[in-house]
Amino acid sequence: MNLTLKVWRQKNAEAKGKLVTYKAQAISPDMSFLEMLDVVNEDLIKKSEDPIHFDHDCREGICGSCSLHINGQPHGPKHAITTCQLHMRSFKDGETIVIEPWRASAFPVIKDLATDRGAFERIQQAGGFVSVNTGGVPDANDIPIPKVIADEAFNSATCIGCGACVAACKNASAMLFVSAKVSQLALLPQGQPERYRRVQAMVAQMDAEGFGNCTNTGACEAECPKEISLTNIARMNRDYLTAKIFKEEEV
Amino acid sequence: MSNFAQTFSSSLGKKLIMSLTGLFLCTFLVVHLIGNLQLFKDDGGQAFNAYSYFMTHFPPIKIISYLLYASIIIHAVYALVLTIGNKKARPVAYASYKGEANSPWTSRNMGILGTILLVFIVVHMSNFWAQYHWGELPYAKYEVSLTDPQDVKVTPIPFNASVAEPAHADYVDSQAGKKVLIAKDLYKIVNESFQQWWYVALYVIAMAAMSFHLIHGFRSAFQTLGWDNNKFVPLIRFLGVWVFGVLIPLGFAAMPLYFFFK
Amino acid sequence: MKLDSKIPEGPLAEKWPKHKFNLKLVNPANKRKYTVIVVGTGLAGASAAASLAELGYNVKAFCFQDSPRRAHSIAAQGGINAAKNYQNDGDSVQRLFYDTIKGGDYRAREGNVYRLADVSVNIIDQCVAQGVPFAREYGGLLDNRSFGGSQVSRTFYARGQTGQQLLLGAYSALNRQIHLGKVKMYNRHEMMDIVKIDGQAKGIITRDLISGKIESHEAHAVLLCTGGYGNVFYLSTNAMGSNVTAAWKAHKRGAFFGNPCFTQIHPTCIPVSGDHQSKLTLMSESLRNDGRVWAPKTVELAKKLQKGEIKVTDLKEEDRDYFLERKYPSFGNLVPRDVASRNAKEMVDEGRGVGASGVAVYLDFAEAISRLGEDAVRAKYGNLFDMYYQITDENPYKQPMRIYPAVHYTMGGLWVDYNLQTTVPGLYCLGEANFSDHGANRLGASALMQGLADGYFVIPYTVGDYLATIGPKPVDVNHSAFAEAKKQVEERIQKLLSLRGTKTVDDFHRDLGHIMWEYCGMARTEEGLIKAKGMIQNLRADFWKNAIVLGVNEEMNQSLEKAGRVADFLELGELMIDDALSRKESCGGHFRVESQTEEGEALRDDENYSFVSAWEYLGDNQPEQLHKEELVFENVKLSQRSYK
Repeated sequence: MNLTLKVWRQKNAEAKGKLVTYKAQAISPDMSFLEMLDVVNEDLIKKSEDPIHFDHDCREGICGSCSLHINGQPHGPKHAITTCQLHMRSFKDGETIVIEPWRASAFPVIKDLATDRGAFERIQQAGGFVSVNTGGVPDANDIPIPKVIADEAFNSATCIGCGACVAACKNASAMLFVSAKVSQLALLPQGQPERYRRVQAMVAQMDAEGFGNCTNTGACEAECPKEISLTNIARMNRDYLTAKIFKEEEV
Repeated sequence: MSNFAQTFSSSLGKKLIMSLTGLFLCTFLVVHLIGNLQLFKDDGGQAFNAYSYFMTHFPPIKIISYLLYASIIIHAVYALVLTIGNKKARPVAYASYKGEANSPWTSRNMGILGTILLVFIVVHMSNFWAQYHWGELPYAKYEVSLTDPQDVKVTPIPFNASVAEPAHADYVDSQAGKKVLIAKDLYKIVNESFQQWWYVALYVIAMAAMSFHLIHGFRSAFQTLGWDNNKFVPLIRFLGVWVFGVLIPLGFAAMPLYFFFK
Repeated sequence: MKLDSKIPEGPLAEKWPKHKFNLKLVNPANKRKYTVIVVGTGLAGASAAASLAELGYNVKAFCFQDSPRRAHSIAAQGGINAAKNYQNDGDSVQRLFYDTIKGGDYRAREGNVYRLADVSVNIIDQCVAQGVPFAREYGGLLDNRSFGGSQVSRTFYARGQTGQQLLLGAYSALNRQIHLGKVKMYNRHEMMDIVKIDGQAKGIITRDLISGKIESHEAHAVLLCTGGYGNVFYLSTNAMGSNVTAAWKAHKRGAFFGNPCFTQIHPTCIPVSGDHQSKLTLMSESLRNDGRVWAPKTVELAKKLQKGEIKVTDLKEEDRDYFLERKYPSFGNLVPRDVASRNAKEMVDEGRGVGASGVAVYLDFAEAISRLGEDAVRAKYGNLFDMYYQITDENPYKQPMRIYPAVHYTMGGLWVDYNLQTTVPGLYCLGEANFSDHGANRLGASALMQGLADGYFVIPYTVGDYLATIGPKPVDVNHSAFAEAKKQVEERIQKLLSLRGTKTVDDFHRDLGHIMWEYCGMARTEEGLIKAKGMIQNLRADFWKNAIVLGVNEEMNQSLEKAGRVADFLELGELMIDDALSRKESCGGHFRVESQTEEGEALRDDENYSFVSAWEYLGDNQPEQLHKEELVFENVKLSQRSYK
C-alpha cells in the first residue's frame, strides 16, 4: 500500500506547529499503524530528518500511551481499540491520513503528536485511592462482593487513561475518565468510607485542570478503546450531587 | 467560597442547573400545550380567552410564570457560560474532526438549536405575551344561553384608545338567561398572526428545532442528575423521543398550520 | 569478593519471621530524615514507593513513561498466584514453594522462594483492600483458576487484565502518597547512572526526557525496580521502552549480574507476521486451561496448510497431533512454559509448523466452545480473542489460534541477597530486574506475585535495617561523585549524538535480536554461542561507528533515548552469551542442546551447576568475572523434572 500522511509537527510546547505531508510507501496491510509510522521514521532518519515523535509503549492496547487522532477520530476509525492495535488493513491503498495529537488545553502538546496528560495524574492523586496502608488489612474473603458489582467495578477499572474520551469530546471534557475512576471505588465496599470525599476532590481537580463540560453527546463512550460506559458519568453526577446537597462530609 | 457557591460554580453544578431548568421548561411545555388545545375549539375563542385570563391572573400560576421566565434566562445564560468554557477547553481545533462517527447530530448542536428556540421565544412572547399584557388588544363579549350552551353570541369590541378599557367581566345574567364573558381577545390576534405564511414557517421551524433539542435534552437531563438506571432509562428514552421529541412539537406546530389552512 | 546471600539459618518456615525480628528498625521520628529513590514504577516500584512512604520515608520515584501507571506490569494478563487454598484443593504455602522451586528447575534459593510463597497470601488481601476488582463467584467470594506448572487452582485474576488491575492498585497507593507529599514523582525521567560515595549507593543521575536536562538526585538508598531485559531480543512481549539501562549502569558500578542467560520464552504468543514487526503480543497462559495445542500429524499436511491449499478446519481429528497431551498425560496442555515452548519449536523444526511462515502451532478452542458454549468462552477470554482478531484478522471462535513462543520474561537480573540488596551497599533491586525467586524458569502468574511481594512485604523491612545502620546524615548532592557521574553521562550522550553513520539504531537492534534469538534463544549450542559472541562484538563496534543518532540533547529526542538503550543491550547480549556458554547444563529455559535426556527434555547437571552465576564487571572490553553462589537444598529433593 502507498499512503499520504498529513502529520502534525511541532518542535516543542512553545513552537507553532503545522501539518506536514509525508509519503508512506510499500506498507503491508498486516502492519500496525505504529509500525507504519516506524517505517516512515526510519526513512526520515536515513535522510537525517527529525523523526515524528509519538507516545507509545506496550503496543498491545493496555498501557494507554498511544494517542493519535487519526482522520478525525481518536485511535482511528475502528471501534474499541487503541492506535497500536489498529492495522493498516483498515485503510485503503492511496488514502490520505490526517494524524493529529489530542487537542485540549488540559493536554498541551509537548512535541509533534505527544501531549502532556499530567492532568489525569493530578486528578487521580486528588482522591483516586482507598486510604489503606500496606499490611494490617482483613483477609480478602472477609469482604464478599456480589459478582455483578465486582464485574461492574472491573468494567470501570479497565480504563487505560489514554485520554481518547477528552480527544473525542467536542468540549474536551474529561468526565468519562474521572467518572470511571470514581465509579470503580464507589461501587466497591472498600471505597465506601471515602466515597463522597473522593468524588468531590476529583471533580474539583478536574475543573481546575480546565477540561470542558459534559454535554452528554456520548462521543467519549463511542471512542473509548475499553468501552467505558456513560453510566459511569451518571453515577459520578449522582454521587457528586448527593455529596454536595445531602451529605455532611467536607472536601 | 461557600459550599453553595462552590457547588454551582463547579462543572457538575452548572450542569445540574441546566438540567433542572431544562426539565422545568419541559413540564411547562406540557401544560402550555394542553392549555393551548383550546385554540382548536371552534367557539370564537371563548374558551381560549377565558383560559388566557386565568393564566395571567391566578396568583399561583403567576408565581410559577416568574419562575418560568427565570428558568429561560438562567438556562440560556448558563448555556452561554458553559459553551464559552467548552470552547476554551480546546483552543486549537482539529484539522479533521469526525463528530458524526461517534455522536448524534442533535447532541453536538444543542447550542444552535437552543439559539433558534431563544429567538423564537422572544418573537413569540413579544407578539402574544407582551401584547396581551401591554398591547392594544380588542375585547370580545360572549353571551351563552343558559338553556342551550350551543347558542352563543359573540360581539367583538374593537380597541379604542379614547375610551377607557372595558373591564374584564365574567358573570351570569339570570334575567336574560345568559352567561356573559367579556375578555381580551387574544384568540383574534392568534388567528390574524397565523394568516401570514412566514410567521407560520417560523413556528414550524422553531418546533423542529425544539424537537431536536428535546430528543437530546430530555434524556440528557436525567443523565446529568444521575438518574441513570437500566430499569427506567428505557422509559426516559421513550418519553424523550416520542413525547418531547415528537408529540409535543407536533402539537404546537399544528396550531399555526390549523389557523393558516382553516 | 565472597557472595553472601544472607539467608537466615533455621527451618524454612522460620527463616523470614526470625529475620524480620533481627532486622534493625528506624524510629518513626527518624524515618522522615531519610530519602529513598525508587527507579521504575511497575508492580515492584509502585508498591515499594507507596509502602516506604507510608512508613514515613521520603521517596523520590522515577519512571520514563508519562505516567507510573504505564509501566509494563500493566500488560500482564493471566493472574497472580497465592497459596490461599480457597478452593480446598490441597494448596498450601509449602506446595506453592515446592511448585515454584520445581518449576524453576532447582536453580532458585529455597529461602527466597519460601518467603515468596509465604507472603503471597498477604498480597491478595492487600490488593482487595485497595479495591482491585478480582473475579468473583456468585457468592461474592474470590474465584481462582489454574495455571501452568501446578495441579491446584491458586491463580487470582481480573479477566485477562490482572496486571493492569494490580498495577492500578499499587498506583493508587502511590498516588495517595504523592497527594500526601511523601512521594515526589518524576515522570518522563530516565535513570542514566548510579552515584556511589565511599562504595555506597547515594543517588542517581537522570535525564529529563522532555528538556534533556541532566539532573542529580541524592538519597540514602536506591531501589531499582526497572523490569526485565527481554528486549535484547528486539522482538519480545515487552513494551517498546522496556530496557536494561538502569540495571546495566548499576552493573557497571559494581552490582553483580545474576544468571543473565535465564530467559523465559513464552509458548503462546501471536506469531511474527513479517520483517516490519516491532513487538510480539502474548496470549495469556490461562488460554491453555481450555485451549488444546496441536500440530498436523504429518509434514505433508503442514506443507499444504502453509501454502493455503487446505484450511485448518478441513483437518480431521485423526490428522491432528495434540502433542502436549500425548507426551505429558498428567499435565497435558498445562506443562510449564519452557517445556511447552520447546515442544512447539520441535514441531516447527520437524516441518510440522503452520501458517504462511510455517513457524507456528495451533491453540484450539473448538472443544471448549462445544463443552462450555461460545458465551462462556467469551466471558473468560473475550478480550484476548478480540486482541488476536485485531492483529491477525482471524476469528479464533471459528478457527484455532496460531501461536508460537516468544521472549517474555527474564529470570536473570541483578544479583541480590535475601534483603534484595545488590553487591553495592544501599543499592537494592526488586521485581523482574533482580534474579531471585524463579530459578531457571518462572511459573505463570508468579511474576506479579514476586513484584508485589518484594515491594509491599520485603523491602519495607530490609531497607530499614540498612538505613538504621548508616544513620540519617544528609547526603551531599555537591559531592564530587555526583559531578563526576554527571560528566560521564554527558560525555556518553555527546558521543552518541556524534554518530552520523548509515544504519539506524533500530537496524542494529534488529540485528542484535536476530543473533540472540538464533543462538541464545530456545536452544543453545557451544558452537553457536561462540559464533554469536564474535558477531555481537562486531555489531557493537559497528554501532559506535555507523549508527545514526539525530538531534540534540536539549530536546525530546526519541532517537537518542533509543540509542542509549540499544548500546547497553549490545553489551548485555555478550554477557548473556558468556553466561550461556559457561553453564554447560540444561535447566528450565536454558536449553543446551548438548545436555538433554533421551526424550529430549532439559538435563540438569546438579553435580557441577547447582549454583547461581553472578558476573562482575571489570571494565570496558574486559571479560567479566564469574562468581558462584552455591545453592543449598535442604527441603526439596532434586530430581529430574517430570510433567508426564
